[in-house]
Amino acid sequence: MRWANMLELRAISKTFGAIVVADAIDLTLASGEALGVIGPNGAGKSTLFNLITGLLRPNSGRIVLDGVDITNLSPEARCRAGIGRSFQIPQPFDHLSVFENLAVAALFGGGLSEADAIQHCGRMLDLTGLEAKANRLAGSLPLLDRKRLELARALATRPRTLLLDEIAGGLTEAECHELVETIRTIHAEGVGIIWIEHVVHALLAVVQRLVVLNFGKVVAQGVPGEVMRSREVETIYMGVPA
Amino acid sequence: MSVESIPIPASREDRSLEVPVWQMRVGTRLSRIAAVIGVVVVLALAALPAIASRNLIQDLIFVLTMLTLAQLWNALAGWGGLVSVGQQAFVGLGAYALFAGIVMLGLDPVVAIPLAGLFAALIAAVLGPLLFRLEGPYFAIGSWVAAEALRLICAQFKSLGGGTGMSISPGELSQMVGLKTVQALLGLRPAAARDVLVYWLALALAVLVTLGIYAFMRSRMGLALAASRDNAAAARSVGVRTARIRHALWIAVAFATGMVGAMVYLQKARISPDAAFSVTDWTAYVIFIVVIGGVRTIEGPMVGVLLLWGLVTYLAQYGSLYLVVLGSLAILIMLFMPKGVWGEVARRRHVQLFPTQRWLARSR
Ligand SMILES: Nc1ncnc2c1ncn2[C@@H]1O[C@H](COP(=O)(O)OP(=O)(O)OP(=O)(O)O)[C@@H](O)[C@H]1O
Ligand SMILES: [Mg+2]
Repeated sequence: MRWANMLELRAISKTFGAIVVADAIDLTLASGEALGVIGPNGAGKSTLFNLITGLLRPNSGRIVLDGVDITNLSPEARCRAGIGRSFQIPQPFDHLSVFENLAVAALFGGGLSEADAIQHCGRMLDLTGLEAKANRLAGSLPLLDRKRLELARALATRPRTLLLDEIAGGLTEAECHELVETIRTIHAEGVGIIWIEHVVHALLAVVQRLVVLNFGKVVAQGVPGEVMRSREVETIYMGVPA
Repeated sequence: MSVESIPIPASREDRSLEVPVWQMRVGTRLSRIAAVIGVVVVLALAALPAIASRNLIQDLIFVLTMLTLAQLWNALAGWGGLVSVGQQAFVGLGAYALFAGIVMLGLDPVVAIPLAGLFAALIAAVLGPLLFRLEGPYFAIGSWVAAEALRLICAQFKSLGGGTGMSISPGELSQMVGLKTVQALLGLRPAAARDVLVYWLALALAVLVTLGIYAFMRSRMGLALAASRDNAAAARSVGVRTARIRHALWIAVAFATGMVGAMVYLQKARISPDAAFSVTDWTAYVIFIVVIGGVRTIEGPMVGVLLLWGLVTYLAQYGSLYLVVLGSLAILIMLFMPKGVWGEVARRRHVQLFPTQRWLARSR
């Protein structure tokens, strides 16, 4: 097993024109930690992932991975450094098969030889329940399978830090339970996880710490149970005035 | 065997000792049969000048060079997503570099061909970073504008005929490497022997380019290229250096395109900026071939170029009307067979002579 990273965001800010989507965010993911992120629509959660993976550049602030400043690294270099992610809106390689979607991730992000990549992809397809569809074109998959593919492809890069963006939505109770077990298994192997999720009960079954984002700010964080009972969360979700 | 007795350091992840659970395959029985037939066809084509008329050889030079250009454009646009309408730039640069090499440096034409390719590749390497700042349709327009600019620049060289162009006298080409051998071998006069020599060079390049593209698409780099085309952001997020791969492809395609240009104009022995940088001849026809044949397949350009050759041969008598027919046909095929003629055959009959998909299956 490769060691999990320690990831730090230091005063990260990002604006789109007049909207502030990240407002001097300080956040640390300890080595091997599972962190949950919740917050209302448009709070800046997905943007945070785009900043961590390098698809977006912050206006100011630093991103540090295992003590190394990666703020200026390209997305592909960050992936090779161990950061894997899923997209909220699935972004499959439509004209490639499901297996090929994983293979490219294992060969490039995962740095595996072809022989090892084949076995690794096979295991990840098995783990995510996609093995039977391995040879279908990704573009022909229904939405739920596309979401599974997002998880499987992120895992194929052999991440040490895994960023998951709303992967439980739309699942049945049984499927959701299976997903929770899968993510627990991955976490138990030492992979650090940041999971953005609206399906809170799934999230709480996995994460050790919870962060609440609103208007690009961390408004609450700590032990999940306590955060869920906090005044900030009540205000956001129940509309109770502060 | 005592594999177990070798101590394995606990820290090392060595999966090679485990029995592989999954296996991957690409080829099919049909594709192996096709490979054998392919070898036979190439050998037959190589032997053809022994019996063929000079007219047929000239026609086949057209077919082979257009096939090569179509394979290259298909790699660039179909597999790579770089929809260029400026490939005539590299045909023209290759042609002009060949003429410059022969006229100004006194090089042997056969030696000048790869150098012409290198020159086209060099210009592509410089243009690439500029053009890649543009996306989608803007890239297409940018590539066309770049080609026009290069045409105007070539027209400035008075020693290469300026705007009206120039010819190379047969005398200058009579000492060409290999020409005497071909003359003696087939009992031909210098002009006909030059056609045969160019024909063989064009055949060799068509085979190399086709096989090269096929091998590339089956390789890990080909997989990365396809991923970059389908979704650049996602490809980068799984560790693919999308910019590098596209730039390398762009340069390699320009290199081979430049060599095609050099060969075509070596056979013609006459050059002008308008012809060598013609967007109709070197890009529109090429796109026609790929689109009616079948984009993103190796077979598509082969089918497409034969269709074009047939149309050009039988419609030429109708003058400019034939362009109308060609255009209408392209539109009809795009409407009713969006994957092209070969794409339609492949879809209905599930045949692939050059398969690229990697299939995963359990070993046991
Ligand atoms: N590329 C962009 N350009 C301009 N505005 C953007 C861009 N990406 C996101 N935004 C805006 O930034 C804000 C935060 O978006 P983000 O996707 O991070 O929200 P989120 O917390 O993930 O929401 P959701 O729960 O709906 O997924 C939104 O108002 C969104 O419209
Ligand atoms: Mg989001």
